[in-house]
Amino acid sequence: MSDSTKTVKLRIWRGDSTDGALQDVEVEANEGEVVLDVIHRVQATQMSDLAVRWNCKAGKCGSCSMEINGKPRLACMTRMNMFEEGETVTITPLRAFPVIRDLVTDVSFNYKKAMEIPAFQPPAELKAGEYRMEQIDVERSQEFRKCIECFLCQDTCHVIRDHEENKKSFAGPRFFIRIAELDMHPLDQLRNRKRTAQEEHGLGMCNITKCCTEVCPEHIRITDNAIIPMKERVVDVKYDPVAWLGSKIFKREGIL
Amino acid sequence: MSDLETHKYDVVVIGAGGAGLRAAVEAREAGLTVAIICKSLFGKAHTVMAEGGVSASMGNVNSDDNWMVHFRDTMRGGKFLNHWRMAELHAKEAPDRVWELETWGALFDRTKEGKISQRNFGGHEYPRLAHVGDRTGLELIRTMQQRIVALQQRDKRDNGDAESHIKVFAELTITEILKEDGKVAGAYGYWRESGEEVLFQSPAVILATGGIGKSFKVTSNSWEGTGDGHALALKAGGRLVDMEFVQFHPTGMIWPPSVRGLLVTESVRGDGGVLTNTDGVRFMFNYIPDVFKDKYADNEAEADRWYNDQSNNRRPPELLPRDEVARSINSEVKAGRGTEHGGVYLDVSKRLPADVIRKKLPSMWHQFKELADVDITQTAMEVGPTCHYVMGGIEVDPDTAAAVGVPGLFAAGEVAGGMHGSNRLGGNSLSDLLVFGRRAGAGAAAYAHANKNQVLSDATLLNASNRLNAPFTRNGDENPYTIHQELQQATNDLVGIIRTQTELEDAIVKLAQLRVRAEKVKSAGGRTFNPGFHLALDLDNMLLVSECIARAALQREESRGGHTRDDFPKMDSKWRQVNSICTWDGSVITATTQSLPMMPKELFDLFDPHELEKYMTPEEMTSVSGNEGGA
Amino acid sequence: MSGVFSATRAKISERTLRTDRWWLQPAITVAVLVSFIIYATFRAFESKYYFAEPLISPFYSPCLTSTCPEGASLLGKPFGTVALFGMAISPALFILIFPLGFRLTCYYYRKAYYRSFWQSPPACAVAEPHSTYTGETKAPLILQNGHRYFFFAGLVFNVLLTIDAFLAFRNEEGHWGHMSVGTLVLLTNATLLWLYSASCHTCRHTIGGRLRHFSKHPVRYKLWTWVSILNHKHPTFAWISLFGVALADVYVRAVASGSITNFYFF
Repeated sequence: MSDSTKTVKLRIWRGDSTDGALQDVEVEANEGEVVLDVIHRVQATQMSDLAVRWNCKAGKCGSCSMEINGKPRLACMTRMNMFEEGETVTITPLRAFPVIRDLVTDVSFNYKKAMEIPAFQPPAELKAGEYRMEQIDVERSQEFRKCIECFLCQDTCHVIRDHEENKKSFAGPRFFIRIAELDMHPLDQLRNRKRTAQEEHGLGMCNITKCCTEVCPEHIRITDNAIIPMKERVVDVKYDPVAWLGSKIFKREGIL
Repeated sequence: MSDLETHKYDVVVIGAGGAGLRAAVEAREAGLTVAIICKSLFGKAHTVMAEGGVSASMGNVNSDDNWMVHFRDTMRGGKFLNHWRMAELHAKEAPDRVWELETWGALFDRTKEGKISQRNFGGHEYPRLAHVGDRTGLELIRTMQQRIVALQQRDKRDNGDAESHIKVFAELTITEILKEDGKVAGAYGYWRESGEEVLFQSPAVILATGGIGKSFKVTSNSWEGTGDGHALALKAGGRLVDMEFVQFHPTGMIWPPSVRGLLVTESVRGDGGVLTNTDGVRFMFNYIPDVFKDKYADNEAEADRWYNDQSNNRRPPELLPRDEVARSINSEVKAGRGTEHGGVYLDVSKRLPADVIRKKLPSMWHQFKELADVDITQTAMEVGPTCHYVMGGIEVDPDTAAAVGVPGLFAAGEVAGGMHGSNRLGGNSLSDLLVFGRRAGAGAAAYAHANKNQVLSDATLLNASNRLNAPFTRNGDENPYTIHQELQQATNDLVGIIRTQTELEDAIVKLAQLRVRAEKVKSAGGRTFNPGFHLALDLDNMLLVSECIARAALQREESRGGHTRDDFPKMDSKWRQVNSICTWDGSVITATTQSLPMMPKELFDLFDPHELEKYMTPEEMTSVSGNEGGA
Repeated sequence: MSGVFSATRAKISERTLRTDRWWLQPAITVAVLVSFIIYATFRAFESKYYFAEPLISPFYSPCLTSTCPEGASLLGKPFGTVALFGMAISPALFILIFPLGFRLTCYYYRKAYYRSFWQSPPACAVAEPHSTYTGETKAPLILQNGHRYFFFAGLVFNVLLTIDAFLAFRNEEGHWGHMSVGTLVLLTNATLLWLYSASCHTCRHTIGGRLRHFSKHPVRYKLWTWVSILNHKHPTFAWISLFGVALADVYVRAVASGSITNFYFF
């Protein structure tokens, strides 16, 4: 064992939808490793059937979402050296979604919600190749398209994490940035996104407590750049009679 | 087998990366029902890892660009081993495929005129890569994923059921292509989640499973790159073409071990990064091949001037093609001038101010900072070659993407062979996915219209089920993780960047031993989400594919593109005339050769004859010239 | 059982497994806001020591009742004297609603008090103690959507307080061309309030955020990029402008009550 190798203590949640518990395990960790490396070593040496989801191991695919010391994180982007010497690292599955087994949860909620957001509606008069968009007009939406769909924002959002019953009426931060992306898209033709954001997708449920922004591994400013701008746009069409009147009289851009 | 979960579809697409999804869209638009099967969650495919861009000669930045230039660049890059028809279709159709993405909501970076911006890349004569920062692959996969959702929304509106025509089966692995009477009849697999078996009945199956990188120790590929499609095709009677050509990207991260293989983008070198060995020598000056002498600087002063004045100076040798740089790094390390972790230094910190580095290479700065705790504005990166892409793959008909020899089987993307010849240009993989994904979808749709579902015999199903369950039922005490590690070590040591006859022969012996041991892998635990069981099945695929690579590499006695033989260091025009073909008869892998199809006169004429003389034999030159007037 | 203790979720008995001091931030927020509320309430009802020529406390400007001293009423005294139970209502109470409303509906303060006071949630990935949750969809929280009206009212106050700061370039006799510590205090306060307003999310939306095509509105786009930079610092401005208001009042009170003398530079 070289200097850079040491033994670390983990507590890994193991179980399924019926029962489960945290299990203590000790495993070697080498210099520079991330939590996912250590989990893989546990898998290869002690628990060959430990279920964990992962893919690219480079923070680009958003598969290895789990909770590490209680915080929603990507295991491939959580370095072991951020923990204290001798600290026990607790690893659990995401706690907002139904557990399947060990560290793997059923995230199908998110795919159902994706289905509920109307797709980009292209301008009928433009053929492929004729689209012209300015860089400054696409940049806002491009930020939201950085999303790797790790669903950490969905996991941490207390609206559904703490209230299972809200899942039916609340799309969650990942899909608020999708709605914002389309509402800010220079060529999208669907004009009722603001109203449906509030009335169908539960934007009003969000109390902007910003946990989604805190956990986003892509550093997308979900709350400031998507949710709050969408809330303001909703006010334009639903709650502000002056803005509404102005839009009727001057046909102001951006409203309705 | 009555309680077996069974689905019937017109077309089954295996793999949900760019190619698979594009194929699914095309098959659905042809009015068919489509199953999309992915090993991971929907939208996680390896396509997300592509950084640079998608090449298409739209001519938005330089209007001189057109499909003929793109075709020439592609053939040159592949050292003329490419299937000419694939390269032609690819160059001609790529712009339409990119433009179509915009109508589905993709947001590429823009030019001042509001068109799609295009960037320079190695081997492309003009700025040609449509891109979104350095996350183009993510944009592509997300756009395709959202297109699938849009079609499902349309089906929901029209038929009341979003999954009436397209259904995504996520976290499902296919272990076998089923055939009856010599034709494809379906696919057999299991849910990764529950371990339960699933049968898909379908006249047409499209393989779009990506690469084979996980057979190698140092790779930029994710765990999914286990060569499943290659192996499924082999087992179904398909043929793999040119498997010896494996692209090693010269600069992968090598330290710490957890990030080993992760890509360090070419832009680092483009923006001034230099490669040095442990003696502090900028060694690339010693490795400039004769054919590149007039294009690359032979002294540091000129190379340094190039960054500011590209018209009056030759390029720095760090920007040689990927295969050249990868080999040079390999030689330095073998000569004992590498770092303790087996790489060399790539340094921008002494070349550019810290704030410029952070601005020009934001994701690289983050990648090293967050994953390696290295600040690239202060210290050098340790880099080494990493297995990146396999040029070889399933032999297909270029126009329909139909796999040769297996009616009903189609293939597109990295799993298909021929398009890239012996070496792929950066940016040509994403365009390949779109062009041939669409063609595979159309090809499979046409086939499915003409061929209906067949009845599957109980024997076929029972065999498939038995093979799938073998890791649970057989006796043995082998650990799949150990065998996987040994396989990776063997390919790394014996079938790596530089190959020799003896090492390749050793590799074949070693692989045979591993195959015997793999048959003794016994899976512990239950069926639900059991990674040990999953690996046991993937191992089989990796072993088959690795043997194809080793045998094809042993057969090809020359060096070309992604295949370098220490004992045959030169390119040989005789070997350009043949593709290698790998087949499997159920117990033995065989490598043979097959003549390359002849490029027609009108494509031949796109090249300067003097250039072609470097690649073709005098007889070939005359034979094409002889076609004059006749074509 | 709901939330993280729902039947389908991983069986973990702790409401959070966080090991850091996640409770610290909300605790600090509560402490600071409660202190401010106590002080502001005391001062709003105190109804004296808020004016010392040429300085007026931001809590009392504009002073709109007839109890206001000479020179303190920038906009006159439209309310006369309003009394309740025989007590004259403090002039601060007539105007308090506007800055209070602006801060109460502010997107940043909402985060701060929803987390710290209402514990919804107390911190990220810490289960909240409520059994139901409807967010800002029902009364009274649906009124948070009126933030923009308070924003515009806040701008009016910013103008008035800026005028107050300019008026402080006079000496106690009303001659122009003088400057005191009090001038700096009021100027700083006004500046911080402008920064707080300019960095506001509603401001960002109004100035350009609502546009679909920035390229067709180059000036508004430029302004939007500037406001966006400030917007990153909105929480910071929210806090320091709050301290600014309190400290400006403390200073004016100290001068008006005679505890200290307003030092003049010239």
